[in-house]
Amino acid sequence: MPDPRPAGFETLALHAGQRPDPVTGARATPIYLTTSFVFRDADHAAALFNMERAGHVYSRISNPTNAVLEERIAALEGGVGAIAVASGQAALHLSIATLLGAGSHIVASRALYGGSHNLLEYTLPRFGIETTFVTPRDHDAWRAAIRPNTRLFFGETLGNPGLDVLDIERVSAIAHEAGVPLLVDSTFTTPYLLRPFDWGADLIYHSATKFLGGHGVAIGGLVVDGGRFDWEKSGRFPELTEPYAGFHGMDFQEESTVAAFLLRARREGLRDFGACMSPATAFQILQGVETLPLRMERHVANARRVVEFLVRHEMVESVSWPELESHPDHTLAKRMLPRGCGAVFSFNLRGDRAAGRRFIESLTVFSHLANVGDARSLVIHPASTTHFRMDDAALVAAGITAGTIRLSIGLEDIDDLLEDLARGLRAAGRS
Amino acid sequence: MELLVNGLRAFCYTGGRPFEATLPTVMFIHGGELDHSVWGLQSRYLAHHGRSVLAVDLPGHGRSEGDPLATVGAMSEWIVGVLDAAGVARAALVGHSMGSLIAVDAAGRFASRVDRIALLGTTFPMRVSAELLDAAKNDEPRAQAMINVWSHAAIAHYPNNPGPGFWIHGGNLRLMQRQKPGVLHADFNACNAYADGATRAAEVTCPTLLVLGRRDAMTPSRGGRGFAKAFGKAAAVQVVELEGAGHNLMAERPDEVLDALVGFVPGAG
Repeated sequence: MPDPRPAGFETLALHAGQRPDPVTGARATPIYLTTSFVFRDADHAAALFNMERAGHVYSRISNPTNAVLEERIAALEGGVGAIAVASGQAALHLSIATLLGAGSHIVASRALYGGSHNLLEYTLPRFGIETTFVTPRDHDAWRAAIRPNTRLFFGETLGNPGLDVLDIERVSAIAHEAGVPLLVDSTFTTPYLLRPFDWGADLIYHSATKFLGGHGVAIGGLVVDGGRFDWEKSGRFPELTEPYAGFHGMDFQEESTVAAFLLRARREGLRDFGACMSPATAFQILQGVETLPLRMERHVANARRVVEFLVRHEMVESVSWPELESHPDHTLAKRMLPRGCGAVFSFNLRGDRAAGRRFIESLTVFSHLANVGDARSLVIHPASTTHFRMDDAALVAAGITAGTIRLSIGLEDIDDLLEDLARGLRAAGRS
Repeated sequence: MELLVNGLRAFCYTGGRPFEATLPTVMFIHGGELDHSVWGLQSRYLAHHGRSVLAVDLPGHGRSEGDPLATVGAMSEWIVGVLDAAGVARAALVGHSMGSLIAVDAAGRFASRVDRIALLGTTFPMRVSAELLDAAKNDEPRAQAMINVWSHAAIAHYPNNPGPGFWIHGGNLRLMQRQKPGVLHADFNACNAYADGATRAAEVTCPTLLVLGRRDAMTPSRGGRGFAKAFGKAAAVQVVELEGAGHNLMAERPDEVLDALVGFVPGAG
């Protein structure tokens, strides 16, 4: 007899965490747009507040629509649970604020989204949390950066801007030797392309604004717990392994062997920092998640065709894409990302800033804006927008050039995308 | 709370309150390759409503020292050792799956120590197929994957356990994976080999409650209903069947399980 089979990815993307509404029969997930929930009686209220019964009290802490999204992403990632928050940045902050306090230290990849870098480099030191940045593929550097007060390793599955592939297996092994968890930003890959828990990561977060939603209409974030890290054995996390006066003296690790992090993050982090997700947003992101497998396949297929076009074009100096043999992480990418390396990447134009500007302004299908992971194709020229104050030397130090263009490849007809890019490259080549 | 039983540390979760031996005591006994945390909501509620709670980690499981015990009989003797160490004369025993066999064995053999028993996801005999037993011994990940599918009736549950946003399938699988290698085979072997269930059931004289999941694929409810008939009149057996529930009852139907226990296990005051 064949072994029983767990539900597949596509099925989980549509069904995990949700069943038809038992009262109305609604098949789609209802939007529970309510701040609060009625108690059956005083005992029920007390039991909900004290985590003796499961249920909802107040939508800053939890909400039935959000719970569907949380369960669904946890299912797709192979985790034990998740928390939906107001943005990807809120997800990163919630992860850090749950585990670290003043006097603690992070080791992070230097190939990070600018917003994450700002938080670690400039903002967290004001709260007594320091970060050492390392080159993600320099494993000796990860190990050498560990201090007695290190509490977290952090990197992106595909780093910014060069798409450095994080060797999660090796980096997590170094972290675990030191009793430290690895947090991974998996926004660019989504669980369809890579499931970081399968490679040893302990915590994952997403900017759900990007591919998970896919429609570019909602800002949101998610933190997922793999449930494998042993906080007790590590000895570095009294927040999870000793009674917490702020919540009925709860010892979170004792309360839940596999979900101590999530319990504290919700009971303290959502309660006190309050960066919750609106149920309307959770619904919108769920609409995207339902088609995530189909969309990611098309994103990757279109991205491959665009890369193939760009590498042959005379106006293109280089393309940074791990599926190309020229990329330093090509072998690793083949092993970890067999379904593809996502659909966000950069290439360098031949020419100066003005050429970059002419390229951008000639495009008609690509939208010039500061986002990625939309169903529509997007483009930005850092040297004339996000980094316009930097001179050329400063740009190089930031890992980009005057001609660097970042693309996020959408789901349009590939011929329309290639025609648009050809138009832009022709314009860039005019003096 | 940690106790010393047979010279080894035994961990008992006390429901978030200090243990008081003067209150009516409820002991929770988990199933194969799991630990005390499967009882989170139910044990925490009872501990805050006039009962003292001992949710044990069986030897070799969770935080308790030692190797897993080889037989259900040895496990029920160990349970009595925990009661001794905690200074408890009599307790209600609530057992799930393998834990339900331990509760029956203890109630039959140590009647003076057992006030009543609640058996969740139970059946007798609790046979384990040769294929699953072999996988438990030689290929734990495969066995765990099979058990995880068979333990759940659906891929969506409400209310979530232990709270909103938790993925029950992922939590159950990870809890099994976090036990030491060899625990699964030891536990399933003990269940499969236990032959005294009907004899012990006939000896039970305390009130007995069976809570069964109608869609339980590990211990099908018809087996549970049959097992209920093995108890004598003195046991005053009650059977509660939960529609749409699978084997992981405490997580799939936390409120219904708690409501059944609240009505069955008396508290102080």
